[in-house]
Amino acid sequence: MALEKPYKDIPGTTIFDMELARKGYHLNQFCMSLMRPENRAKFKAGPRAYLDQWPMSEEQKQAVLARDYNRMIAAGGNIYFLAKIFSSDGLSFEFAASSMTGATPQEYRQMMLAGGRSPEGNRRIGEK
Amino acid sequence: MARITAGVFTSHIPAVGAAIDLGKTAEPYWAPMFKGYEFSKQWIARAKPDVIFLVYNDHASAFSLDLIPTFAIGCADRFQPADEGWGPRKVPEVIGHPELAAHIAQSVILDEFDLTIVNRMDVDHGLTVPLSLMFGQPEAWPCRVIPFAVNVVQYPPPTGHRCFQLGRAIRKAIELFDEDLNVQVWGTGGMSHQLQGPRAGLINKAFDTAFFDRMLSDPEGLARMPHIDYVREAGSEGIELVMWLVGLGALKAAPRQVHRFYHVPGSNTAVGHLILENKK
Repeated sequence: MALEKPYKDIPGTTIFDMELARKGYHLNQFCMSLMRPENRAKFKAGPRAYLDQWPMSEEQKQAVLARDYNRMIAAGGNIYFLAKIFSSDGLSFEFAASSMTGATPQEYRQMMLAGGRSPEGNRRIGEK
Repeated sequence: MARITAGVFTSHIPAVGAAIDLGKTAEPYWAPMFKGYEFSKQWIARAKPDVIFLVYNDHASAFSLDLIPTFAIGCADRFQPADEGWGPRKVPEVIGHPELAAHIAQSVILDEFDLTIVNRMDVDHGLTVPLSLMFGQPEAWPCRVIPFAVNVVQYPPPTGHRCFQLGRAIRKAIELFDEDLNVQVWGTGGMSHQLQGPRAGLINKAFDTAFFDRMLSDPEGLARMPHIDYVREAGSEGIELVMWLVGLGALKAAPRQVHRFYHVPGSNTAVGHLILENKK
């Protein structure tokens, strides 16, 4: 019997479950390394060379270089680990979140000021 | 005897810590949010807790994917603010209460809650932002703090029911501690928010309002809410609210609400805050 994963039908949402955590282990551990200032400096000085020290997939490395957070999440990244990347870039959680939604930072902030994204129509894939 | 006098529940948004640290609390974006904590600062100055048992989650600061404890109790003398990628917050170090922490660990493990014991750990915004919201910017935090970290990063977190029952075991343990201490239990995180993917920015005021209401009217029923309801209704990070149930379980039945506040947005998040006092 397979385990029930009822969260798979939530649109635009990736739950960092055991399966994804296994896939993303090295990507997330690379992110953890950015908590040390000397590592942040090395990563900034030579991003590709720094990434090549980690046994990450090419897809994971390309997603990091492109700062494509949706791609990183699909490749097993967890947002709290990925936060080390955008924090190192001097960017906020709000900025990073907006980048995943397709909205500009200004549009995203306006949506939040207007009460945020409604759950209506956003609970299940295919829901009207 | 030690006694639990109150529970404090609050969001722990990192941008709120940055707003405090950078002197932005009076800016139009932030002022309405901080206004909701003015009462709380006055209240806690009168309540004068000796110890705060502070339930929070680590955000990939002390715990990487190498080690993921579901429940971890901080038993150290002191805890330093973590460097989360932009340098540690310039807030006072956190002074623990190792005797009470060890007492609680011994009691609740024998009550079948298998805690991880932590003797060295940095504490991130999950712990320090609530302290800043309640105490402002003192030279030193005015009381001892026992950090209690719950895994809500790696799915699945513990169930709401497990958190609530653990709260009860913590209350029993604290009441068996011989020193005369005024203890508060804090539950932090939430309320509705989603930080990732195209659905980021989700806020569900109706869910959050019902959560507040049921904390008082139906705590045991609330504790039975399955994870899928949090994730679907309150966003992937809304599941942090299970940590409030540890604090709620540690209070006696029918606590008195002394303050309730709700504000959208705090960065990506619905800011929720509640203070409950135990009946004397």
